[in-house]
Amino acid sequence: MLIDVHAHFFHERTPRGDWQELNASRLRAGERVGITIHIASILGSWGRTSPTYFPSPTDLTHANAYQRALQRQHPDRIRSYVAVNPNFPGHAEAEIRGGVAEGMIGIKLAASRRADDPLIDPVCALAAEYGVPVLQHIWQHRRRDHAGQEASDAVELCRLARRHPAVSFLLAHIGGGGDWLHSLRAVRDAANVYVDLSGSGVDGGMLEACSEAVGVSRLLWGCDLTIDTGWAKLRYLEHLLSAADLEAVRWRNAARIFPPTAFPND
Amino acid sequence: MRIDVSAFVGAYPWRRVPGTAPDAVLAAMDRVAIDEAWVSHLPGFFWRDPMEGNRWLREASATHPRLRPVPAIHPGLGGWERELRAAIDGDVPAVRADPTWYALDPRGAEMRTLAGACGEAGILLMLAVRLEDSRQRHPHDGAGELPPWAVRALIRAHPAVRLLVTHADKPFVEEVHFGSTAEESSRISWEIGWIWGPPEEHLATLLETVGVERFVFGTGQPLRLPENAVAKLDLLDIDAATRVAIESGNASSLRRVGTGA
Repeated sequence: MLIDVHAHFFHERTPRGDWQELNASRLRAGERVGITIHIASILGSWGRTSPTYFPSPTDLTHANAYQRALQRQHPDRIRSYVAVNPNFPGHAEAEIRGGVAEGMIGIKLAASRRADDPLIDPVCALAAEYGVPVLQHIWQHRRRDHAGQEASDAVELCRLARRHPAVSFLLAHIGGGGDWLHSLRAVRDAANVYVDLSGSGVDGGMLEACSEAVGVSRLLWGCDLTIDTGWAKLRYLEHLLSAADLEAVRWRNAARIFPPTAFPND
Repeated sequence: MRIDVSAFVGAYPWRRVPGTAPDAVLAAMDRVAIDEAWVSHLPGFFWRDPMEGNRWLREASATHPRLRPVPAIHPGLGGWERELRAAIDGDVPAVRADPTWYALDPRGAEMRTLAGACGEAGILLMLAVRLEDSRQRHPHDGAGELPPWAVRALIRAHPAVRLLVTHADKPFVEEVHFGSTAEESSRISWEIGWIWGPPEEHLATLLETVGVERFVFGTGQPLRLPENAVAKLDLLDIDAATRVAIESGNASSLRRVGTGA
């Protein structure tokens, strides 16, 4: 079993004319790598009718519905996060309640609002109510603001995590850009924050540092935008970890934090 | 046969990187079935005289023949012509210059003169676009990335100069390739380590649009996991001959013109 905790798909209302090829490519590559389950989200219209990291309610509703349709189309290999924009609390709540009712198993927070902002608290309360984890987009050590997103870093995520100890949080794409050493220092003592190993970064020493910082039990395997780098990290982990620890990172840790019926045979 | 054209030995100043000693690089090569690596002296990037690392590099290579040295040439320092001659006499696969780390204008007179000298000598000139993702670099690590217009300028510096560019992504490759004549492009080779695989399929696209013959296997190890470049190839739908070309054939043809280097 191999669970990718950080995947994305596209739909017909995104700017990508090759959106169907992208979706097919992910599934095809997943077969080659041996990915059993892709846990995915769609960030609104990916910029076409609202910004990727500030998606409009209309775009999110369509994206979440399309994501659910993909899950229905591929029930054996796709699971879904509900993507929400916490600046629209009523809409976020409705999407989460409706999404979970239709089988979505986690919540995706991109970069619409800082992670430690009080507006995130109602989202986390819903996560606790339904027993689903929250995948939070992170800029590893954000030293300044960047156009197009109100990105959070690990320190801010940990503040949120301390306020919601019953919720599991995924610190997104440790290899996705920024200073991952800063993030690892921050999350070391945050027991309900898990490190998602996805991202295009394949730095030598990064996986050892992740393991040293939070222990194997808080590492989750994923790819995000680049399946090649995900596979590279998995291959390296095969040398770095014992068989039992490798299995934990491949899927057992994920099975522990997602709802009990989320995956087959867990 | 698998040749890694972009490997390093020696410590990195900006963070702890395991496995930078020659023995450790060789162990990593064994792990991913790399037969030969073209290695550069990593600390030299940051030295005022990067050529001071060349002797150590030659000694490491003499001890470990699978590590083929890529000496650094700083064309802004006196005596660089002697270093280039020594490199040529030493039968190396390439020399390298990384102008943004040396605080040289990447398309300035010094670099164009070096490119010309490499062209005259028939030796390959290697340049790195970057070593790390710009978003994660140390606050004091201020060297700029190699810009694509510098590559376009350098390939025009001499009709025989041949360039090997490492750590370039798809937009960079495309900008240079389609911003050059077919003859110019035929003298530029690209290392695959920074080019995305699926689902974006950047590498598969470039193999079609730019040409298989332009790409060579390279990892950037130990700064980056060498498994990455292998995974990219394993995710391509290519025939055995194409794979051999990328893994070793194209690199072998880049060795110094007219020699067995």
